[in-house]
Amino acid sequence: MTAKLQLSGVKKKLRGRQVLDGVDLDVAAGRSLVIIGGSGQGKSVTLKCALGLMKPDAGQVLVDGADVTRMPQEIRARVMRKFGMLFQGGALFDSLSVWENIAFRLLYADNVKRADARERAIEAMRRVRLAPDFADVRPVELSGGMQKRAGLARAIIARPEILFFDEPTTGLDPITADAINDLIVEMVKELGCAAISITHDMASARKISDEIAMLHNGKIVWRGSTAALDASGNAMVAQFVAGRADGPIQAVV
Amino acid sequence: MINPFAPIGRGVLGVLAEIGRFTAFAARAAASCFAPPVFAGQLLRQCMAIGYYSLPVIGLTAVFIGAALALNIYVGGARFNAESFVPNIVVLGITRELGPVLAGLMLAGRVSAGIAAEIGTMRVTEQLDAMTTLSTDPFKFLIAPRVMAATITLPLLVVVADIIGVMGGYLVAVNSLDFNGATYLRNTFDFLENQDVILGLVKAAVFGFIIAAMGAYQGYNSSGGALGVGRATTNAVVGSIVLILALNYLITAFFVE
Repeated sequence: MTAKLQLSGVKKKLRGRQVLDGVDLDVAAGRSLVIIGGSGQGKSVTLKCALGLMKPDAGQVLVDGADVTRMPQEIRARVMRKFGMLFQGGALFDSLSVWENIAFRLLYADNVKRADARERAIEAMRRVRLAPDFADVRPVELSGGMQKRAGLARAIIARPEILFFDEPTTGLDPITADAINDLIVEMVKELGCAAISITHDMASARKISDEIAMLHNGKIVWRGSTAALDASGNAMVAQFVAGRADGPIQAVV
Repeated sequence: MINPFAPIGRGVLGVLAEIGRFTAFAARAAASCFAPPVFAGQLLRQCMAIGYYSLPVIGLTAVFIGAALALNIYVGGARFNAESFVPNIVVLGITRELGPVLAGLMLAGRVSAGIAAEIGTMRVTEQLDAMTTLSTDPFKFLIAPRVMAATITLPLLVVVADIIGVMGGYLVAVNSLDFNGATYLRNTFDFLENQDVILGLVKAAVFGFIIAAMGAYQGYNSSGGALGVGRATTNAVVGSIVLILALNYLITAFFVE
């Protein structure tokens, strides 16, 4: 199957530390890949390199086979229109109402008329089961779960081809977290897009993924199907999945 | 052996590097003002926030400075029988120097700090990254409207400050120093030249650009949570004030020559 998004030999050094040391990953359309790994192992940097928010020192980021790291800014901006992203804290704009947040791209990048953009934002709110009554309130008036739903609505409104999720369930109670996981699975299936997520939450990882990859010391140390996770045969994966302090990975406290 | 000049050299290089980074940022901000798309709604909102809502503080500053200036010139002038020069020196001082500089300093505290805090908070809460993933350049959506608004509205504020400052001097001169009102105003307008007003407006436009660009630069590059945003806010105010005072001298020297 052709990769929708592929990272090949991606390296990145930050403040003298080699955060990514040759990361190789790929995800095909309609598939969901989750990257797991401890704090500070390079998961967020991997996502930022894939999104074009950070330029890798070496390696390639291929979207539909084209290397975005070497594209001129204008062409890269066009490729980035294929992306949708749900940020860890929601990253909703405080100064705009919920519907304006959700329709931001339609309003300011695609020049859709306000009335049409509002209609599509409310439709997206319904799809993520966020009551349209909240369309005109500010994000600060929403609960954590509602902010995630609004962030998800914003990520899917322009029907992206590649969806990114950064810790989608962090800070949520287990029931709300499970509801968000269900929504992610539903949206990825409905849109038929490629999905790439990073998380510490193993319940979430199992639920939203087709495949799981483990990142440690800036390298992918294991990758396999979600079903094969418990029989990975990799001591680091086994320790991380079990959540044990003793093992090959030293806890940083 | 420890070289005692090494820390000084490092400090100088650090300052030069920072000047270079700010210059590159300001050039990108200026270029963003002329490249489409222009977010007219954002520009209008910023003109209101930066210009209109600064009117009270600028007006109050100007009236008190004009009044104090008239008193000081009267006392100083009395030492060599030059009290009659009060209207001439008040209008000269306000239009060429105090109007733009004090309006700039007030805006450095009010606007530069506000821009740094707002954009800094957006940086540490990933809102700037979110904007980029939504195919919108933060330079065009956030920074260009603020820079344009400050560059346009500060000269307008300075015109208001000039008028209110002169009126502050007039009120003190007429009510406390026994000047004739009509004579005071006639002396003021007879003495005022176009180049005095133009110099003040050129300074104001440059200061407006510096105030917004410095606030945006500090906010855009902030990191480290609330502490980082606080540091960015402080640096924005200090940086703006230093640049306003330095550029005030350079622009004045350029016009005088």
